[in-house]
Amino acid sequence: MSDGALLEVSELAVAFGDLRAVRGVSLTVEKGQTLAIVGESGSGKSITSLAVMGLLPAQAKVVGGGITLDGVSLLDLAPDELRRLRGEELAMIFQDPLSALNPSLTVGYQIAEMFRRRRGASRAAANERAVEAMAEVGIPDAAGRARSYPHEFSGGMRQRIMIAMALALEPRLLIADEPTTALDVTVQAQILRLLRERQRAGLAMIIISHDLGVVARTAQSVIVMYAGQAVESGTVAEVYDAPAHPYTLGLMAASPSARTSRRGIRPIDGNPPDQAALPTGCAFHPRCPFARERCRTETPPLRRLPSGRASACHFAEEVLAHDRTAGA
Amino acid sequence: MTEQPVLELVDLVAGYRTRHGLLGKRGLVRAVDGVNLTVGAGETVCLVGESGCGKSTVARAVVNLLRPVSGEVRFAGRSLAGMDRRELRAMRREVQLVFQDPYASLNPRMTVRELITEAWRIHPGIVPRERWDAEVAELLERVGLNPAHAARYPHQFSGGQRQRICIARALSVRPRLIVCDEAVSALDVSIQAQILALLGKLRDELGVAYLFITHDLGVVRHFADRVAVMHLGKIVETGETEQIYSSPAHPYTQALISAAPSVDDWRDRGDDEIMLRGDVPSPSNPPAGCRFHTRCWKADERCHTDEPALEQRGVGHPVACHYASVDTGLKAETRPR
Repeated sequence: MSDGALLEVSELAVAFGDLRAVRGVSLTVEKGQTLAIVGESGSGKSITSLAVMGLLPAQAKVVGGGITLDGVSLLDLAPDELRRLRGEELAMIFQDPLSALNPSLTVGYQIAEMFRRRRGASRAAANERAVEAMAEVGIPDAAGRARSYPHEFSGGMRQRIMIAMALALEPRLLIADEPTTALDVTVQAQILRLLRERQRAGLAMIIISHDLGVVARTAQSVIVMYAGQAVESGTVAEVYDAPAHPYTLGLMAASPSARTSRRGIRPIDGNPPDQAALPTGCAFHPRCPFARERCRTETPPLRRLPSGRASACHFAEEVLAHDRTAGA
Repeated sequence: MTEQPVLELVDLVAGYRTRHGLLGKRGLVRAVDGVNLTVGAGETVCLVGESGCGKSTVARAVVNLLRPVSGEVRFAGRSLAGMDRRELRAMRREVQLVFQDPYASLNPRMTVRELITEAWRIHPGIVPRERWDAEVAELLERVGLNPAHAARYPHQFSGGQRQRICIARALSVRPRLIVCDEAVSALDVSIQAQILALLGKLRDELGVAYLFITHDLGVVRHFADRVAVMHLGKIVETGETEQIYSSPAHPYTQALISAAPSVDDWRDRGDDEIMLRGDVPSPSNPPAGCRFHTRCWKADERCHTDEPALEQRGVGHPVACHYASVDTGLKAETRPR
């Protein structure tokens, strides 16, 4: 695509045995930009990101498609090559920082370890760099706090430590999987701002979230996933302003906002599909107010719409028009 | 309103005991420290706050799972403390609790029918036995489940459906008040909206009142008649929902509303949200004076020592801040530290 592309995922397919968790997802992360993957549980958003990191659970396998970082195919790398890339080029943070930190080592030691192992830094130099890294993510009294253990920090501070650790080796892409879901709202705002500042400083990110509000605050572009597929993609502004897929439209209408007084939030009927027994045709058709006969039989491809955005709906133009008349 | 409120909390103080170290000093954490709140018949009151603010402790005290340290929980005008066993039993029928995790709150070995009829076994006289099947079918229909699924077990349902089972179970005893403790927090957005719509429908059809406890400010705005914002064991601001959201006057409420991510944020993604410094202080050792002063941009000497009462301060609803004002007094310069 454009020469600004850092990460390109094309037609990625991931299977757990016979179960296809990700069914042909393509995405591009531009240098220094943030892409959000939004979807509900079971949509395949986390599995997609784990595939990029080469961290899929043992039962899962990439069964199709490609992942390239700056032109290098990640799927063809030897395990030790991939391990080097993780940390140096790619890093990831998760919802629960406590389970990602070693409870019996000080956080300073754990961050310093990155510099000792990967950069061959001396113990003293590594410790110094660790304190710098902690200060950079806004941990007060970093020098003193480096000697504390993970349990001695609050949830928000732990997530800052994870971010410090993830960014220690200056990776080019950070994948953040529900990074603020476990945090209180005032602390969440702090972490989102920290991520935004990092992105402005040149870091490319993938943010995975179920929360359309978190996406709106952090990302430039967005992919909406449903049942293992991307159903809509585009810039956040165009997708949020006028969704081109009924599922996106439904998610927007179902999301309660603290900032608007419209009282009616509208649910999406029905339940997310069982991955083992996906509906025929379009996977969303049993829940879709726009669905017609064709949707039951014919799977809509993700197709480009005029402005460069894309929607996997036979009736995308109608959905777009609908939104305009509804006045959002 | 002349009608008797369903629920009244009067100067409620409740908490839990802790011990520092094996032989250390015992202490009492006053997780709820002097809360006054009423819920009228058929009314929805939301208690909103962050973790550790005491909102779940309020829920536990309301359903009598926790004995208050002092103050009163009154149900339909009668204090729980003055009730004998029989009265308490009757009271439990009228107040039901729905929790966050529908996976943990349903016995996996019981069918939906057994789960729903269980309360009728315990409280005979609500539904005569020959009506059970018909009533179960009616309840399932009411909460949007297929009546033919009454013989199924909880694991055969999705998370949203399980929450519907919990609601059917709560309704089975015809309560006047349902306490929802983060009842929609674990659900996907599309399902969360379904459950909120269901709760709203039940409110309209059955006149049931809700004490709705949540951390989600978006949900509150769309569901509550009245809101009480809780911070470290105290209500800091309360009033009609739209009034609180359109003109919050306590700095904490202002920060909460501004910090909550919203689908509309793409329009003005400036860095204009209010950033609070640091974390919520521990409820076991709350700051002196105003408990919010450590994170407040308006705080001065007075706030360090002098605790503001929740009272009318000329903003149209009660606020517990010496400097209550709809004007935050902030420019865009509120960088985090």
